[in-house]
Amino acid sequence: MSLFNIFNISGSAMSAESLRLNTTASNLANAQSIGSSEATTYHARSPVFAAMMQSMQGDDASFGVEVKGVVESTAPLEKRYQPEHPMADKEGYVFLPNVNTVDEMANMISASRAYQSNVEVLNTSKQLMMATLRLGQ
Amino acid sequence: MPNFIDKAVGNLPGHLSVYGKRSSLLASNIANANTPGYKARDIDFRAALAQAGGEQMALKTTRGNHIANSGPGLSSPEVLYRTPLQPSLDGNTVDSQQEKARFTENAIRYQSTLTFLNGKFKGLKLAIKGE
Repeated sequence: MSLFNIFNISGSAMSAESLRLNTTASNLANAQSIGSSEATTYHARSPVFAAMMQSMQGDDASFGVEVKGVVESTAPLEKRYQPEHPMADKEGYVFLPNVNTVDEMANMISASRAYQSNVEVLNTSKQLMMATLRLGQ
Repeated sequence: MPNFIDKAVGNLPGHLSVYGKRSSLLASNIANANTPGYKARDIDFRAALAQAGGEQMALKTTRGNHIANSGPGLSSPEVLYRTPLQPSLDGNTVDSQQEKARFTENAIRYQSTLTFLNGKFKGLKLAIKGE
């Protein structure tokens, strides 16, 4: 029954969106985590989504969401001259993460809205299935 | 199933299966609203229902040992790609507002078909009981 498929589809989308929310949370939390070198400083992370085929039955190929991985941003880090900071390097510089707070807030809202619409889809399908089960009563 | 029940119920179960397939397609569209490169898909509803309703697609059985074939109609409606209104840079063509609206519409259609079916069953019960 194709309605059963929806549980897999929306479920995968919900887990992908919550992973996106997770990375946003960790980016925002580490927005001010100062490091003493380019390599040890936090880099903004973001998940990579891809469509994942749920079933192979003929034309009924519906797609869930798969998280291919989490990639780190390659944007340059901000270098700040702060020689009194305990984590400053030999030349007196500290490194700030390349987290763009505005981007992250927009990402957060997008992820939470997408999550909500998937919950909505799931609920509607559940109601339809229950109504089908009650058929003829 | 006795013939008269089949006749009373008509094509409604077929409609339900088309609506079910469509809702799963629309759910994948909504699920992949943020997936780069995903192309939104849908069923041409009128064509699918026309195929579901018409018997002209079926193969004719002229001998007793021929296997009945209901034709391509219901089991595999043609899945098409949506023409995007506002394609995005990452190649995704899902318009999540549109998809949500269509999903809701589809759910209501599904439910109305269920209501019709229920009505048919009630009528049959009434006829059987004769009360």
